[in-house]
Amino acid sequence: MSEKKKCDPRVFQLSRRKALKGLAAGVGVLAIPSPKASASVWESFFQKHFKELSKEDLPKVLARMEEQYSREYGRPVTVKATPHIEGVKFGYGLDLSRCVGCRRCVYACVSENNQSREPQIHWIRVVRLNKEKGIDLSEAEHYYNPREVPEKGHFYLPVQCQQCENAPCTKVCPVQATWRENDGIIVVDYNWCIGCRYCMAACPYGARHFNWRKSRIPTDELNPDTHYLGNRPRPVGVVEKCTFCIQKTREMPGRYPACEEICPVGARKFGNLLDPESEIRYLIENKRVFLLKEDLNTQPKFFYFYGS
Amino acid sequence: MKEIWHFYKGTFVLVGKGSKAYYIWVGALLVLMAIGAAAYVQQLNQGLALTAMTDQVSWGFYISNFTFLVGVAAAAVLLVIPAYVYHWKPIKEIAVLGELLAISAIVMCLLFVTVDIGRPDRFWHLIPGIGILNFPSSLLAWDVIVLNGYLILNLVIAVYILYNMYYRREPNKSFTTPLLLLSIPAAISIHTVTAFLYNGLGARPFWNASILAPRFLASAFCSGPAFMILVFLLIRRYTRFNIKDEAIHKIAELIAYAMFINLFLLGAEIFKEYYTDTLHLAPMKYLFQGLHGHSALVPWIWTALLFNISAFLIFLVPETRKNHVTLVLGCILIFIGVYIEKGMGLIIPGFVPDVLHEIYEYSPTGIELLVTAGIWATGFFVFTMLLRVAIPILNGDFHVSDDGVGYYIGDQLFFIPSRKRGAQGQGRLGTARDSAAPEVNN
Amino acid sequence: MKRIIILLKLSVLGIVSAGLLGLLTVSSEAAREKYFDRSGRLIVIDKPAADLLRTYDTKNRPPEKSFPVPPPPFTEGIFPCSDCHEGMEPNLQRRTLEDMHTDILLNHAEGQRWCLDCHNPEDRDTLRLVSGEVIPFSESYRLCGQCHGDKYRDWRKGIHGKRTGFWNGDKEYLLCAHCHNPHDPRFKPIHPMPPPERPARGPH
Repeated sequence: MSEKKKCDPRVFQLSRRKALKGLAAGVGVLAIPSPKASASVWESFFQKHFKELSKEDLPKVLARMEEQYSREYGRPVTVKATPHIEGVKFGYGLDLSRCVGCRRCVYACVSENNQSREPQIHWIRVVRLNKEKGIDLSEAEHYYNPREVPEKGHFYLPVQCQQCENAPCTKVCPVQATWRENDGIIVVDYNWCIGCRYCMAACPYGARHFNWRKSRIPTDELNPDTHYLGNRPRPVGVVEKCTFCIQKTREMPGRYPACEEICPVGARKFGNLLDPESEIRYLIENKRVFLLKEDLNTQPKFFYFYGS
Repeated sequence: MKEIWHFYKGTFVLVGKGSKAYYIWVGALLVLMAIGAAAYVQQLNQGLALTAMTDQVSWGFYISNFTFLVGVAAAAVLLVIPAYVYHWKPIKEIAVLGELLAISAIVMCLLFVTVDIGRPDRFWHLIPGIGILNFPSSLLAWDVIVLNGYLILNLVIAVYILYNMYYRREPNKSFTTPLLLLSIPAAISIHTVTAFLYNGLGARPFWNASILAPRFLASAFCSGPAFMILVFLLIRRYTRFNIKDEAIHKIAELIAYAMFINLFLLGAEIFKEYYTDTLHLAPMKYLFQGLHGHSALVPWIWTALLFNISAFLIFLVPETRKNHVTLVLGCILIFIGVYIEKGMGLIIPGFVPDVLHEIYEYSPTGIELLVTAGIWATGFFVFTMLLRVAIPILNGDFHVSDDGVGYYIGDQLFFIPSRKRGAQGQGRLGTARDSAAPEVNN
Repeated sequence: MKRIIILLKLSVLGIVSAGLLGLLTVSSEAAREKYFDRSGRLIVIDKPAADLLRTYDTKNRPPEKSFPVPPPPFTEGIFPCSDCHEGMEPNLQRRTLEDMHTDILLNHAEGQRWCLDCHNPEDRDTLRLVSGEVIPFSESYRLCGQCHGDKYRDWRKGIHGKRTGFWNGDKEYLLCAHCHNPHDPRFKPIHPMPPPERPARGPH
């Protein structure tokens, strides 16, 4: 305990040498890169909004990032910017009568999407609720840790980005650093976000997470297959969130999101809402479906349902 | 153009002059600013992880201070309305001081936002043209516009008036009056927009009540003027400038009304939440009673309530309102009371419990306290510098010298030893007794 | 000529989707596609730019009736059953097994059935439906579907049970028996992964 306290980064210690060193580094971060900084730092500083990048600039930006990440992690990393597929709007289904609350999805997501291990960022939060009370979030237990799940009298509600059609988060962003793509995925341009966290205050699902410090990912655990708007390593001071595994699902053919692939009970469903034959359409039309916090009119594309 | 240069040269000479007390005060502020800056550099290096903010409580002490200070800035309008709309002379003489307070408060607001954001290096993304300002969709974009607009407006008005007074010219009324009138809706707008910033979030039931903006304005009209009264009392005691009792008592009276509305609206809010007793009661319960054993804010909010009600009673009764001991006490109570209620008491319960009903009890870290102290010191520094120039100008102690190029400084000290109470109300005290010899630079 | 057609296509594309799509595809005639295979090997292939103009093709989905599944989850060394049962006379008498298969505890409406209601007595390497139709183990879902019609219907749609592969391409199903022991089908509790770290500051 005492050791933990000692390591607590929030304990304020400021030696003079550290302060001076900090001053030098801090000024660099604060406003403008020092003239000695490499060209890529400058390019990154002046980089335009993702949607305003010209067709000549985008490949250059991607190449610069690949170079930077590859150097940083000591292994080849690709950064793609695969666009949406016409005629696709992604929807997600989660079968509450199946979910056992094992959190396999949480960790599959972490490793697929290069979430920071320290400090810990989880895009999926599984809460335990009481069967007696139903969907009553005031009963939510976030830190349940029994020997075995499911537990008697409880059910589990995994919560992640609901990819709202009427998304409060994109509406409030002062710089349009987050937006809804044509396939319905809400994305963040990590190079444009100013880190004001207004979107986090606006999100009713706790789906947005902030890089309170530089993310740390063990080199050998980095997923090198990355997307600009998705799982590429994030800089400090920006917001990130679930993207339905944009780096996997936008491929042709596109794989399922990592959380869907790992789920040991098959509670997770994913597909194209515009395809009448898709499993997501089937469950919406044939099962009892409910939307989390439906009264807020966020119009989620994340459908909780009862398979039986 | 040359005139402007001479004016600024004069002000730079002026702010460098003062009594020992003035130097100690400014020196102390500079030290605090340096400490705050060092703490901020530390935070820049390691990220906002050095604060106590988390994904659960994603805004904390910085934004609390920001919210409170927007109120202080907006309150300048309370002086402008009687001064310029109704031409009430006692306040008209000091209205420009209210504008200077607004400038200082806005500077602090902008600094608090700057230290709160994760990527201050990308501030240019907010600038239309080179960046993308998400207007009109984002209320934060609105806030950027109205806060900066209000800052510029007040700067223009105050500097224009003082500049002309320095050159012993009558400010052009057809220029100042429209701007002054504009500053009234502008002041209301900065506070309304800031309230809407929280108000518009369906995810946060504690803020999602339409009473929020009126509450913001009512509390702003308490805290800002309370601070003004304290400043006025200090000015007239420790500088050569005089302020009439009438003006101070009138402001105190206005505070009483504003506080009544503030308490009434708070009561309405409390009634609605407690009587309906829906899930949305949780944040208010956390604030006033504690929730599931978490009660960090409870002593604070009750202190704030106690302070606000006591201050209301003090300002309600004319005898205590006019007694300067109780008046000062009332102002301090209000300032602290509103600071708690409109700061942490408003921001933190928006996040506790969080949207998935997790409870994380936030309290600021040392870094946050130091950075905050640094910004407050910066605000006081800006305000002191502005007053250092404005008060001698208003007093006739600082103006262009007779040759029309140099400057005349009749007040070398600024801070003077405490004046006797009896001296009030006798107009300017231009005697050499409390000032060193005037300096004329031709 | 081909080139002109491609250019024509590309210009149409540019008009239709001035956004992302255009940026990526128009830059060169052939774009390089990079991806990692499952073992983490980087693969770079040249791909004509036109391939990147993609629409979801509902006509090219796999045939409705195909349910590709991985091999059934047999206990190690037990299949093919005919290795032992070959030449054995089937004993149709309902009884408790005492020599072999004693590890199998039937906890699945055991009052109403026993082994040979599902296992084909004529050929142990197959299963038998009530109708008498003989099916391989890889189609055991049809057997389960005889009673659990609603689950079977959902399973075929990919709603019950797990479906992996490609959401817009070939899918892989799991057999019922991959998750449910057919002799004791109730889903077994599992150990949960660790809870998230509590926020560093606070009362917890």
